[in-house]
Amino acid sequence: MLLAPQVTVIAIFFFWPAAQALLQSFQQSDAFGLSTEWVGLKNFTNLMHDPTYLASFKITAIFSVLVAGLGIGLSLVLAVFADRVIKGTLVYRTLLIWPYAVAPAVAGVLWLFMFAPSIGIVSFALRSLGFEWNSLLNSNHAMTLIVVAAVWKQISYNFLFFLAGLQSIPKSLVEAAAIDGAGPWRRFWSIQFPLLSPTTFFLFVINMVYAFFDTFAIVDAATEGGPGRDTAILVYKVYYDGFKALDLGGSAAQSVVLMFIVIVLTVIQFRFVEKKVQY
Amino acid sequence: MVERSPFLRILAHAILIVGVLVVAFPLYVTFVASTQTAEEILQAPMSMVPGSHLIENYTAALKGTGMGAASNAPVGRMMMVSLITALVIAVGKIAISLLSAFAIVYFRFPFRMFFFWAIFVTLKLPVEVRIGPTYQVVSDLGMLNTYAGLTIPLIASATATFLFRQFFLTVPDELVEAARMDGAGPLRFFKDVLVPLSTTSIAALFVIQFIYGWNQYLWPLLVTTNETMYPVVIGIKRMISGGDAATDWNIVMATAVLAMVPPAMVVMLMQRWFVKGLVDTEK
Repeated sequence: MLLAPQVTVIAIFFFWPAAQALLQSFQQSDAFGLSTEWVGLKNFTNLMHDPTYLASFKITAIFSVLVAGLGIGLSLVLAVFADRVIKGTLVYRTLLIWPYAVAPAVAGVLWLFMFAPSIGIVSFALRSLGFEWNSLLNSNHAMTLIVVAAVWKQISYNFLFFLAGLQSIPKSLVEAAAIDGAGPWRRFWSIQFPLLSPTTFFLFVINMVYAFFDTFAIVDAATEGGPGRDTAILVYKVYYDGFKALDLGGSAAQSVVLMFIVIVLTVIQFRFVEKKVQY
Repeated sequence: MVERSPFLRILAHAILIVGVLVVAFPLYVTFVASTQTAEEILQAPMSMVPGSHLIENYTAALKGTGMGAASNAPVGRMMMVSLITALVIAVGKIAISLLSAFAIVYFRFPFRMFFFWAIFVTLKLPVEVRIGPTYQVVSDLGMLNTYAGLTIPLIASATATFLFRQFFLTVPDELVEAARMDGAGPLRFFKDVLVPLSTTSIAALFVIQFIYGWNQYLWPLLVTTNETMYPVVIGIKRMISGGDAATDWNIVMATAVLAMVPPAMVVMLMQRWFVKGLVDTEK
């Protein structure tokens, strides 16, 4: 009884659409939805032979590893130092957490503005250093742009979790190590870092999911998947093929592949989190 | 901290200050840009000192009287749409997931684990993955361009249920037993023991879900085709679709600041709840 509201909502807006996606992925329909034809696994085999789809996989992989790696690394550094500071932790924390509240699309627009080839101030600075920046033409530049925007937005989230993790490490452990003569560097690697590993693992999964899905808005606002298709991550391609190119079957097949990846990730994470990692 | 080393202390502050500056720099640029005229921004490099057109730009943005080539919808209206959407999503999610987490943790019934997994799978499966078919469902139900269409499909995810489940599992069994001894039924227990205990989690989730709702992008992009139903985040994107020079960057940046302020305020003002709740639900 108490489950009824949630089950109804997820049944209508979650499982029904998911089943539809599954169904559509085996069908091919024309752009007006007038006729549908059962094509079996053809959509999937098409996908696997579609070089742009494979390229999009590669782009997504590079993008999410970069975002997760950079985001976690930078915020860990900040959190470790914020943990050391005695006075003013709160001030720094307040000043560091607000990007969490910025909408991805807005973040995309902000960084687009700063990096815009003709008017952006960062691209101006780069040009005066003799570096020709053009994210509209050069795909590496475009990739850098979205990675920077995505990392910038995610740092505050990671930072909060690391700081909380660090502060929950018992002071007595750190003090004992200090009495035994371990310096700050040694203490970090042999006490704090291992004790943070559950947090790090958790953040890694969250960041991967973030890079896979939540960055759609950043990509759409900053590069629209361009130049060409060079920053079209998987989610962007689902959207583009389904709603712009109207290839519903292909788009649905891509959705199914994505769902599959996510379910596998979820199960692995759940087993791992519940059994091996102690929060 | 264990040892007193002035060098390390200065280093720590220095690194943190650099971090804060880097993080805050885009905001500063945005703010500066929102106080200048479009022509001033277009001179590369634009000046880094705030200009004198603050009030002009913000009223232009709010009332939609900008001269941009693309969209000129009033931002005031969009802010309202965003606010309502965000509130409905936050409150709705918390309400239904409190109930279902309660059911899953405290009752034994057939298919309990099945329901748990059914809900749990949705945890990591964002709207983005199933946009096509969900869009069809919503349009079949006639919910395009309505608040219902904007919010209900987004309530259908399990983040909150999962967090409440984790929290309820940590509530000691003694409390359940004590409540039963005192003659409290399940609903009474829920209302008088569980909900008060989870205030922190509720507050934290509210912050998180409010921001989640406010910042939705892809879904509103599909569901709203009418300018009066655009959330502010979509509005910004529409404004820049005219290319570098045709865009009224001053108005866009004013809108960006307006779009950032409410969620940023929520995070900052409720920071204590936000952080405490996040950490608690983590354990």
